[in-house]
Amino acid sequence: MGKRIGLEVSLSAAEAVKMADVDCIAAYPITPQTHIVEHLSELVNNGELDAEFIPVESEHSAMSVCAGIAAVGARAFTCTSSQGLALMNEIVHIVSSMRLPMVMILANRSLSAPISIWNDHTDVMSVRDCGWVQVFANNGQEVFDHVLFGYRVAESEKVMLPVMIHVDGFILTHVIEPVEFWETEQVERYLPEFKPVHALHPDRPVTMGCIAGPPIFSEVKVAQDEALIQSKSEIISAWKELGDIVGRNYKPIEGYKHEDAETLFITQGCFGETVSLAVDALRDEGKSVGLLMDRLWRPFPFEEFRQAVENAKSLIVIDRAISYGGQGGPLALDLRSALYKEKNEPIITNFICGLASRDVTIDDFKNIYNRSMEKIKVNPREEDFEYYGVRGK
Amino acid sequence: MLEIRLHGRGGQGAVTSAELLAQAAIKEGKYGQAFPSFGPERRGAPVVAFCRIDEKQIKIRSNINEPDIVLVLDPSILRIVDVAAGLKGDGILVTNTKHKADEIRKELNLKCKLAVVNANGIAREELGLPITNTTMLGALLKAKAVVSPDSLIEPLRERFGRIAEKNIRAFKRAFKETELAF
Repeated sequence: MGKRIGLEVSLSAAEAVKMADVDCIAAYPITPQTHIVEHLSELVNNGELDAEFIPVESEHSAMSVCAGIAAVGARAFTCTSSQGLALMNEIVHIVSSMRLPMVMILANRSLSAPISIWNDHTDVMSVRDCGWVQVFANNGQEVFDHVLFGYRVAESEKVMLPVMIHVDGFILTHVIEPVEFWETEQVERYLPEFKPVHALHPDRPVTMGCIAGPPIFSEVKVAQDEALIQSKSEIISAWKELGDIVGRNYKPIEGYKHEDAETLFITQGCFGETVSLAVDALRDEGKSVGLLMDRLWRPFPFEEFRQAVENAKSLIVIDRAISYGGQGGPLALDLRSALYKEKNEPIITNFICGLASRDVTIDDFKNIYNRSMEKIKVNPREEDFEYYGVRGK
Repeated sequence: MLEIRLHGRGGQGAVTSAELLAQAAIKEGKYGQAFPSFGPERRGAPVVAFCRIDEKQIKIRSNINEPDIVLVLDPSILRIVDVAAGLKGDGILVTNTKHKADEIRKELNLKCKLAVVNANGIAREELGLPITNTTMLGALLKAKAVVSPDSLIEPLRERFGRIAEKNIRAFKRAFKETELAF
């Protein structure tokens, strides 16, 4: 077992990147991602991490540099937030389409306007369809573990896709909490050297990302989608092996007191841990309630969700983002699709809350539970979703 | 679980105090969680930081609204922020002030347990400037043994390097000089 120390989650994330022995970091600072990049630049400067640190002039350049690094077969890392992600958006889509493995931490923050440096998942949802493997971390330990997991999955010959790790900005990035480091020997066992299927090299010229017209474009894109869907088996086996090595077991969705529950909360990100305490409190009051935390966001774990909610009568889906003009939050939309016409399809109520880090407490989640119970008694379809804790609503 | 809310002014090190406490708890094999009130930091403006300590994994990720202990790093905060807001019935308010506990109790109409120390005076003498974050940790531990004083020494050394000894002296003096009015 590695050392257990109290460290800010951003710093332990950077230490995990160091343990992954990356070759190049290209990043531009943006709140609340800054501490990750700062610590990495220190590690490179101190000689603790033998990597190139490229202080680029924008996030667009950060992702472009990472594309080049991965294309020559080296290990690239970047991280960003919100507006930075919006600026790099063009290249975010390109690296997944070009099957370039890398890891990016997204310190989740609202998109402007109005300007918010605080946490929610609106930036996450802006890249929902970018073709990356995407996972949510619920605490500092999970962030640490998933940096190593990220490279393991991304660089697998069966996957060859970039991996994005979602970490709630401030609420997680800026918290000091205990993290158990890995031993170097454990990292070496888990994460083999990166051997790309194709790499740019002057002696073996290849073209990457060239033009594809009507006769071939569809085939390329369908192959890309199939690669992402099929990555799930590799993701699950990478989690299994992680469990064998460090004893922490991860799954596409994590259940808490869910097996016999009539009602299930569904969450993404570190809301899940607070909701687990609301579940305890509601159970003490005799309510039949449990929790499912969505860890794997893309590829979406349809099958796992269908199985996990089999015995539930109703679901309370918590979204931390708005799909403007849509029929609820992005997580609820996917769940409704996943469960449509299932036998014993549960009734889904959807609550959007916690935008720009607005505090959502255990009592708030209890209120949400009670509100959901009222709604499903009257007419669950009357309103497909509602905003919780917003003045005037 | 023990919940501590820290009040200070930007630049005084309230976040560092919370961090050192959490690290000391983690060194003791417990769970610790420390975090700032999230926002743009402004030197001199009132700021809040939070710390939780527990024997088991800390899952709650919301702010601390009903603290067991409130720690006030700057005496001028007492008159502009309701620092005792939400303090539990048997909670303790630990504050930096040059006044006696009775005077503070009367002036602010406080009913809670009080612990007071002239941290500005101690910090000026030991550090040469009124940065009270490490001094006030001494007062906190006198008021309640949330971690052992020895557990804090190592995090203090790691954090402050060559000025660690001065901070440790200030911390130990405050531990001795804090007046308890429970």
